[in-house]
Amino acid sequence: MSTAPAPSPAAVQALRNAVIRLAGNSQDGIQSIGGILARLAGRTQQDVMTYMTIPSTISGGPSIFQVHLGSGEVLHPGDESDVLVAFYQHSYDSHLSALREGGICFYDSGEVKELKHERGIHHIGVPFTAATVEAIGGSARDRGKNIFVLGMLCAVFRLDKDKVAGILARQFGKKDESVLRNAMLAFDAGYAYPVGDITTFRFEEGEHTADRRISSDGNTMLSMGLIAAGVRYGSAYPITPWSSIMETLRTELPKYGGIYVQAEDELAAVSMTIGAAFAGHLAITGSSGPGLSLKMEALSYASMAEIPLIVVNVQRGGPSTGMPTSIEQSDLMQAIYGSHGDAPRIVIAPQDVEDCFYIALEAGRLAREYSCPVIILTDQALSSRIEAFTEPDLDKHWVEPTLDLSDRGADFKPYPLDAITRHAPPGTKMTGKYPHISGLEHDEYGHPSGNPKMHQKMTEKRRNKLVELSKKLPLPEIYGDQEGDILLISWASNLGQVKESVNRLRAEGHKVGAAHLRHIHPMPAGLDRLWKNFKKVAVVELNDTGVYGYGQLAMMIRAAYAEPKIQSICKTDGLTFRIREIVTGAEKIMSA
Amino acid sequence: MSAPAQEAASAAPSTLVTPPAMAAEEKLTKKALTADHPTWCPGCGDFAVLAAFYKVLEKLQYPHEKIVCVAGIGCSSRFPYFMNTHGIHFIHGRALPLATGISLSRPDVHVFVFGGDGDGFSIGGNHLNHAARKNIKLTYVIMDNYVYGLTKKQTSPTSPLGFKSKTDPTGSIDRPINPMKQLLASGATFIARTHAAQVKHMVDTFERAILHDGFSVVECLSECVMFYEGSFDDSTPRKGGTYDVIDEAQHDVKDDIAAYKLADLPSPGKFGVFYQVDRPTKNALEQRWIDDTQAKLGGASQKDILRRRFETMR
Repeated sequence: MSTAPAPSPAAVQALRNAVIRLAGNSQDGIQSIGGILARLAGRTQQDVMTYMTIPSTISGGPSIFQVHLGSGEVLHPGDESDVLVAFYQHSYDSHLSALREGGICFYDSGEVKELKHERGIHHIGVPFTAATVEAIGGSARDRGKNIFVLGMLCAVFRLDKDKVAGILARQFGKKDESVLRNAMLAFDAGYAYPVGDITTFRFEEGEHTADRRISSDGNTMLSMGLIAAGVRYGSAYPITPWSSIMETLRTELPKYGGIYVQAEDELAAVSMTIGAAFAGHLAITGSSGPGLSLKMEALSYASMAEIPLIVVNVQRGGPSTGMPTSIEQSDLMQAIYGSHGDAPRIVIAPQDVEDCFYIALEAGRLAREYSCPVIILTDQALSSRIEAFTEPDLDKHWVEPTLDLSDRGADFKPYPLDAITRHAPPGTKMTGKYPHISGLEHDEYGHPSGNPKMHQKMTEKRRNKLVELSKKLPLPEIYGDQEGDILLISWASNLGQVKESVNRLRAEGHKVGAAHLRHIHPMPAGLDRLWKNFKKVAVVELNDTGVYGYGQLAMMIRAAYAEPKIQSICKTDGLTFRIREIVTGAEKIMSA
Repeated sequence: MSAPAQEAASAAPSTLVTPPAMAAEEKLTKKALTADHPTWCPGCGDFAVLAAFYKVLEKLQYPHEKIVCVAGIGCSSRFPYFMNTHGIHFIHGRALPLATGISLSRPDVHVFVFGGDGDGFSIGGNHLNHAARKNIKLTYVIMDNYVYGLTKKQTSPTSPLGFKSKTDPTGSIDRPINPMKQLLASGATFIARTHAAQVKHMVDTFERAILHDGFSVVECLSECVMFYEGSFDDSTPRKGGTYDVIDEAQHDVKDDIAAYKLADLPSPGKFGVFYQVDRPTKNALEQRWIDDTQAKLGGASQKDILRRRFETMR
């Protein structure tokens, strides 16, 4: 919103985008209404991005959900909000500072008693709790106040009431009839509540009209991508924020004739998955940071035995139990090197929610083609945030699962030195000897071998697959200026914020470009061409600069290219980047 | 799903336990099943286990390509290299979950797991409990020698109290695991004990284990002549011991309390089938869930199932 609300309640102001922050406790259902707002946006022509923080306590604790709705491309969840909805005094106290100057604060007048009149903020007290109880009846207590707030926001932003009702019906319709009825009562009460002397807003017509759009979070799209990639088997152990992927696969795969197994621990999970892969299937395991550490021994085995395997790691704040519901991108080195021995494996990272689908397809393709583990490094922000995007074209992307049990001739070798391994799974008739799959160093037939030359050759074979892959990978395109003062390099969920930072820095007169890496290991060959025409390079990532002063991806690129102009913009506060943090960091590096 | 996978998935698990018709083109002989010469020490009990396994396979005549041998780490875990069948030699302690992945995703193959006491009861102990309670369709032979042999004489989870090893130079002080009791508690549906010096009993026990529709475990005492010579003399008649086989006319194999009492007898204890019950395998239960789920989808193509899911996200 570009101007403060006008005094006339009749005025309707058109706007291009708005950031709404809902602040309450985790059990209040604010994520639920935030999600409905986001889905609504995806269903109209608006673009959307959400952001949430969840406490890691079992029940309760302060929680927020922020929705950024826009008529154009929405790149980031928003540094500051235009509207704050405060359910409690503590929500008000903690989040008022994140409300922009002249923004609107709706607060529960039964809960928030002490107001700070500052920075031209418009305060609108509404008895969320009391009005909800009045609408539904005494037995409701405060349940349903989230839906009341949803109704209120729909009126303020003139959102499509019928579409919201449709989403509510889908969400609550499966439960007891009274649940949907109460939800509609609360919604209508909120919609009709006289919020008083304020302008209402209407989003301008959006730009996405041609394509059929869907809205989803990243973990759901990753799961859908795995199914489309032909994955039908796998196993995992629950851990936040990975769990929702295994829950989805457990529920969905039976529809496709597959099985997803909840294992007794992380070691069993990766082992069962290797078992399914050895049996000839494309299989997937996954976890979050600490769980990936537990899988490491088996991952080295998969590199040694050349087993195709997909491993998802939804990164969270570490080390150890760390900040299990917060974001960090500090597992990059673990993903690439976190094992014993020289154990080459492929590491790729999705750049946004939509890409979670396509990265899964790519992981399946690479695992099969290079017969080795492929780690998908996603992160907590991508796992839970909701974005709207074009529905994937399944006619184009669907991969039929295959199980190759064709007879193998007498010359079959499981580990040929001059070709990529193509295993003969159980059930395959062998004209020659049956193959042995081995974690011991082996000769071309899989026999254990302590021959020094053989270990050297096999190590080279396993490594050279990745060298070949690096030559085939496309260089990322540079966003913004193709030459100039600074190139920002990012990976995982930082794409949108980095692009928006480029926009702001260029608006300030700097010559700035940005490149986003999806292929983390191996990196595309010739990456140095990207920064040839920039004076400085800054790698933007959510991890610590460590003992030597550089973040994890920055370390990797510096090591690979010995390029001293590479610097780092890093932080580890458990939150996604704000635009001004990146802008300030880049300005500092440019002026150094 | 590809045609062979569909075929595999539609095969009822129960069809896997009946001895199949003889493969038309190839008779499964010891010669056909033999691969590398075993690397075990001369006199090792494991040779007899391998020989017994050849005999059982010669008898059952499963299609050659449908046999899969799986192992973790240990002397006995070298087993797959000595079998000319599909084989995988995995990491220490995780042979069972690996085999679980094969068994659940490929109901058309026969999964055999081999390992020692360290692999099964120590580093992989938790997996034994869970594979047992889930009743995964496979056969697991634990070649128990009461010692770590590959690493040259450290105490194992089944080493008796007082056993002198490199890690217990004054004698083991930790109470050993009782494999039969542990397996009974964990819910295994076929639990037996045999002896590498009793080839006929071994062959019979393996056969019953393999024909059991569920998780079948055989503890097979197998002497390590290098690091624990004489460990099983008390159950070896030619060395003055007694080989006391369970009389199934007296012992009801469905009675877990009776089995528990048998398992509590002092060394050398009893041999034979301690316990066997029918309980649906996880393989069958998962397949039932798949069938029920798919029945509700009205024959939609897999691509359309995913399309419908996208429709709910619009």
